[in-house]
Amino acid sequence: MRFHYDTSYLDSGRLLRYPSEKASYGILLLVMLALPWILPRFYVGEITYLCILAVASLGLMVLTGFTGLVSLGHAAFVAIGAYAHAWFMTKGIPFAGSIIMASAAAGMVGFAIGLPVIRVSGLYLAMVTLAFAVVIEHVIGRWSSVTGGHTGLPVLSPSILGYDLGGLVPFYYLCLGILVAVVLGLHNLLSDRTGRAFIGVRDSEAAAAGLGIWTAGYKVLAFVISASVTGLAGALMAHKMQYLTPEGFGLTLSLELVLMVVIGGLGSLRGAVLGAILIGLLPTAISKLKPLLPSFLSAQFGLESFLFGLILAVFVLFEPGGLNARWMKLKLLFQTFPLYRKDTYRRGRSYMKSERYR
Amino acid sequence: MSQLVLEDVTLAFGGVRAVQGLSFNVQPGEVFAIIGPNGAGKTSVFNVITRVFTPMTGRVTFEGRDITHVPRHSVASLGIARTFQNIELFEGATVLENLMLGRHRFPHAGLWSQILRTPATRRLNAEARAKVEDVIELLELAPYRNSPVAGLPYGVRKVVELGRALATEPKLLLLDEPASGLNPEETRDLAFWIDDIRRGLGTTVVMVEHDMSLVSEAADRVLCMNMGQMLATGAPQEVQSNPAVIAAYLGT
Repeated sequence: MRFHYDTSYLDSGRLLRYPSEKASYGILLLVMLALPWILPRFYVGEITYLCILAVASLGLMVLTGFTGLVSLGHAAFVAIGAYAHAWFMTKGIPFAGSIIMASAAAGMVGFAIGLPVIRVSGLYLAMVTLAFAVVIEHVIGRWSSVTGGHTGLPVLSPSILGYDLGGLVPFYYLCLGILVAVVLGLHNLLSDRTGRAFIGVRDSEAAAAGLGIWTAGYKVLAFVISASVTGLAGALMAHKMQYLTPEGFGLTLSLELVLMVVIGGLGSLRGAVLGAILIGLLPTAISKLKPLLPSFLSAQFGLESFLFGLILAVFVLFEPGGLNARWMKLKLLFQTFPLYRKDTYRRGRSYMKSERYR
Repeated sequence: MSQLVLEDVTLAFGGVRAVQGLSFNVQPGEVFAIIGPNGAGKTSVFNVITRVFTPMTGRVTFEGRDITHVPRHSVASLGIARTFQNIELFEGATVLENLMLGRHRFPHAGLWSQILRTPATRRLNAEARAKVEDVIELLELAPYRNSPVAGLPYGVRKVVELGRALATEPKLLLLDEPASGLNPEETRDLAFWIDDIRRGLGTTVVMVEHDMSLVSEAADRVLCMNMGQMLATGAPQEVQSNPAVIAAYLGT
């Protein structure tokens, strides 16, 4: 059992509150830093990829998980970040400046697309964002003078002050550093006034407006923040891919990002990271598992998509809170160990709303 | 001088006139109740005051300022807060977060200061938290401080919503059926709180209410509406014994 009392109003906003949390996250960070010496090179590359996916997933989480706006077209922001970064670098802009400008460019597109689309919500919003992603994919395919069209665009190796970051290990540290910075920055923002306003807009627009929250403004702000974080992931993705073609940023990537935030657990940053890890590892895990399966199963085409769908369906049905909720329950089980009751997690009654207006 | 003045307000949805040529005024520091049968347009009056709907004709004045056309999100910063008939809480958040959202209209740090959690941001948050704690103490919400709203009993949810409105430090508090769904004991608590709010905080209270015991106990003046129009206004006893009011409730 653990008892904890806040002794200051600042305690509730603190990221790591208990000594045990500080210790476990400290150990996690040390393990992550020592990873290149522990794991074979292949896995370092895989985990670099997971870090990039986690940044993109965090970007979408701001929009879908915290503000309640669905986007089926977030691959477009990844693409914009990637292409903008690659293009800025070929124009001779140094890596650090270019990655910031790429993120800002994605944010500006997010602003431009956010302004009109916040008028719709739910399914209609999903359709509009989906159409936006298709449009962006085609624009990239046709605008050959900038994007190289379908032939593709090579990406220069990243370097800061003449130090090459393109190697496997330096690039891993770069991605890990950016992931940690994004997690910290978003945690601060989302546990502060802006994050509360996002949650307000998500849960009840009528009440949010009544409290003085400019709902339209906050929706656009969510789009901008989400797009620029996703664009940042795109810029890193460009280096991971090394050669950009429009096919790399299609509908599949958009759907994978949605899967990450839903399976991870809407409304939690930890969920975004856990979701990215699960979805990002799935293809590798399946290919490792294939030899173990009976041949009539392993020879089937489309096993991956089947498993993706199956996992999503299972989560939506049995654990709507996603991996994050599962994590919290396990944690509470250990914290309250002898006193755990099965009924603790019976879902609470929620009261029907008969007359909601926006 | 009246704090809130409605002059000849008409609101229509297609052919339905929800509010028709309604005029009334509310004095600072009074408790003003609006009663009337279902569909009389009581909630629509609140929706006009809080700018959910724009009236077709007429004027709404708050503290001498015409607020008929101000943006919806700036109503809170004028000092007007409301609760909803069907509770509109932020279900995915805790009681504390719901109340902290009530502090949205007050001075705050910029976006980058929030991202970097600068000392100034932390100080502002601690100040907001201190104000929220005052509300928690007033409404005895301490046991629920960190509970998610979604699992709370109905009566507590009503109180949380009242607390969230109080956290905005309103000059005018609009309560839409505060006692609906409450048991007699909770209704008595509510009557005491309304009295506390009026006396202790000096807040004007306008409430839509069906519970006549609460109305006659708490309200200074009552307005009875029917079919979007004013039937009677005056002290609770006067209005209750008005023949037109009795006719509207019982039918003729």
